[in-house]
Amino acid sequence: MARMTINGKTVDLNVDPSTPLLWAIREQAGLTGTKYGCGIAQCGACTVHLEGAAIRSCVMPVAAAEGKKITTIEGLANGSTLHKVQKAWLDAQVPQCGYCQSGLIMAVAALLREKPKPTNADIDAKITNICRCGTFQQVREAIHAAAKA
Amino acid sequence: MITTKLNRRSFVIGSTAVGAGLALGLKIPFGASVVRAQDGSPEVTAWVVIRPDDTVVIRIARSEMGQGTLTGLAQMVAEELECDWSKVKTEYPTPGQSVKRKRAWGDFSTGGSRGIRDSHQYVREGGAAARMMLIQAAATTWSVPVTECSAANSVITHKPSGRTVTYGKVAEAAAKLTPPEKPALKDPKDWKLIGKSVKRLDTMDKLNGAHVYGADLKLPGMLNAAIKDCPVFGGKVKSYEAAKVASMPGVKQVVPVGDSAVAVVAETWWQAKTALDQLPIVWDEGPNASVSSATIAEMLKEGLDADQAFVGNRNGDVKAAIASAAKKIEAVYAYPFQNHAPMEPMNATAKYTPERCEVWVPTQNGEAAFAATLAASGLPADKCEVYKLNLGGGFGRRGAFHDYVTQAVLIAKQMPGTPVKLLWTREEDMLHGRYHPVMQCKLVGAFDASNNLTALHMRLSGQSILTAVRPEALQDGKDPATFQGLNPSGEFAFGYSVPNLLIDHAMRNTHVPPGFWRGVNINQNAIFVECFMDEMAHAVGQDPLEFRRKLMTKHPKHLAVLNAVADRAGWGKPAPKGVYRGLAQMMSFNSYVAACAEISVTDGTKVKIQRIVAATDPGYAVNPAQIDRQIAGSFVYGLSGVFLQECTVKDGHIEQTNFNNYDSMRIAQMPKVESILMPSGGFWGGVGEPTICVAAPAVLNAYFAATGKRIRTYPLKNHGITLV
Repeated sequence: MARMTINGKTVDLNVDPSTPLLWAIREQAGLTGTKYGCGIAQCGACTVHLEGAAIRSCVMPVAAAEGKKITTIEGLANGSTLHKVQKAWLDAQVPQCGYCQSGLIMAVAALLREKPKPTNADIDAKITNICRCGTFQQVREAIHAAAKA
Repeated sequence: MITTKLNRRSFVIGSTAVGAGLALGLKIPFGASVVRAQDGSPEVTAWVVIRPDDTVVIRIARSEMGQGTLTGLAQMVAEELECDWSKVKTEYPTPGQSVKRKRAWGDFSTGGSRGIRDSHQYVREGGAAARMMLIQAAATTWSVPVTECSAANSVITHKPSGRTVTYGKVAEAAAKLTPPEKPALKDPKDWKLIGKSVKRLDTMDKLNGAHVYGADLKLPGMLNAAIKDCPVFGGKVKSYEAAKVASMPGVKQVVPVGDSAVAVVAETWWQAKTALDQLPIVWDEGPNASVSSATIAEMLKEGLDADQAFVGNRNGDVKAAIASAAKKIEAVYAYPFQNHAPMEPMNATAKYTPERCEVWVPTQNGEAAFAATLAASGLPADKCEVYKLNLGGGFGRRGAFHDYVTQAVLIAKQMPGTPVKLLWTREEDMLHGRYHPVMQCKLVGAFDASNNLTALHMRLSGQSILTAVRPEALQDGKDPATFQGLNPSGEFAFGYSVPNLLIDHAMRNTHVPPGFWRGVNINQNAIFVECFMDEMAHAVGQDPLEFRRKLMTKHPKHLAVLNAVADRAGWGKPAPKGVYRGLAQMMSFNSYVAACAEISVTDGTKVKIQRIVAATDPGYAVNPAQIDRQIAGSFVYGLSGVFLQECTVKDGHIEQTNFNNYDSMRIAQMPKVESILMPSGGFWGGVGEPTICVAAPAVLNAYFAATGKRIRTYPLKNHGITLV
């Protein structure tokens, strides 16, 4: 059993402590917006916030999140008000298939918290998610738009 | 989604029945019944359901996997329907309903960049017919001539009286009418919605986690499965020790899947995967266990000079022209196996009872998934159904192949009544792809004493996709798809006139299963042709653009896109210091595409792509913003391929396991892509795939310009070349 706060709600996840946080989020908490892409922290599709910082949840055991605050893509918006990254994504029409976008959006939201006006070099260094559809041109445009919002 | 009251509506598309004279009004057939959507709303035509609140539900048979076809197809129906675009929703008809209704929605296959170019006619007719029926229904209600009524923005107006009514109010009456057989379509110059960059209809749910992909499906009582198939293609399971994992947490059952795989079914997928990792399995690897990349390369090399080859394009006498040439050059290229690697690994969910088999799956081809369901379940079509879920990428892996559907059904059959979701690991996905075929190519170019190109021989040696996938499509043994971009005419026409030309293929198949990898065979063909064009130009001291132009005078559309990128990039004018340019052009999936790459190279190996200019003539452009995104994305797919990606074979299996050894471009490596969309009208070309093929050769030619080095085997990482 692991107790943590996910998207503002305290949850008790009945799961082996070695289970990756990703799978506890998807299968115990039932929040499937966070995606499985590789399982080895390469692609970033599983990115969530742990105490506000972006982490790749596929390689973090759920035990390491015990007592911590987790935010997933489902909890990023403030009720019906989109987070500025989501808004910028909507305006720039970023997603193609969309599968990697939860992780990308979470990674970018964390970047903007750390660096509200990121340079292209900051983006290149911090945003390392894989997108096979190739949305990067719109991703960069939307990050700069969100930074101005 | 759709009720089974089918009858008359099954002939909406491709009907031979003679429609009622429309100018005279549509007849109301005696006893006509209305086909209804699941919520009870009337179906006006197979493509259009209209709810009383004026919501328009447009049916989409093709699959949306990121390429934007869902929005584009809806635009085409709505254009003719004259409906309020803000009230449009979409839904997928199911393959089972399609079978019952004699394919009322046509082809479901979403590959070959065909979503729009192969269905533009009948989806527009579906919209036009519905509009005419709605207008007729209003005219009948008002007892006025239909010719006095018109429709716009979901409102029908009777001009003389000024009366109006919305579509939702007359849809019920319209649905009782017989659809016109061949409704007239608008002249493209009158389009209001086609050609507009309307926003995609499916974005919001991709921003908040609500979009349900196949891997996300939840059903009551559902269990989860993880699977391992024999790593060596063609091998089998010899034995496994289920008892070793049977008592692990959550494990319900360990089941054989066909004769080559074994699956663990558990309460959660992580439990299933954990147990599977602990399961002792002994494989019978079979006769292919000694095959390696080296043995395959050797087999292909032999084909480069083999006597027998299938001819794809020939004119003149190449042999004689080469023998009498004043000068000739020769080069050999090689292209590797590659995995599609869509972000969402393969998956399918199945529920089986002896009376019914249902499958939920992200698929590029609902009908092919349905066929796989029938075959694996052993049940007839009326006892099966497939529900299409959202795809986390397809790229050709989820179209012709439904191995994961077969597996899911075979698992579910062993647990009747329980829905089971099968999800592959990324590692399983890397081991069991349907790989981009391996191909080598030997090219010989011959010149006269004035340095004019007199002959070109291009000998391909390598795999045939159709032999493995669709042998019925072979032509006396020849695989026509091998020659994409090299054909004398058609949707993949060669863009050069050479007095003596021979392009032939020595088919050399391997045990590694090939598949349609986004862009398919034109990817390697474009590298072979366009890099060799560059080689030949340099060999005779000519500018690569001018050299091409001389050969392209009879190919104006090919030339137009090439000229467009050259002009925009400033070809012939000095590039910024340290920046070098390369060109490529092809005709691909009935569109004309070209690219100019501008790169800089540090230490001879670190390549920075500064800028890409890419032009496309797809005939008609339905949604320019989406085409722009497909063009930009094509450089991610194509450049990931040529710089980073190769699947190598050792002991009969693929060596790469995950994104750590099969990488994909990141945002830091993404060049600025400037697209030039130049639809010239009169034909319909594809968009999702065409541009990929020019990405690699444009950059490779720029790399030669920068370094003087010609790299002919891929990926570039094997030469220590990195993308920075």
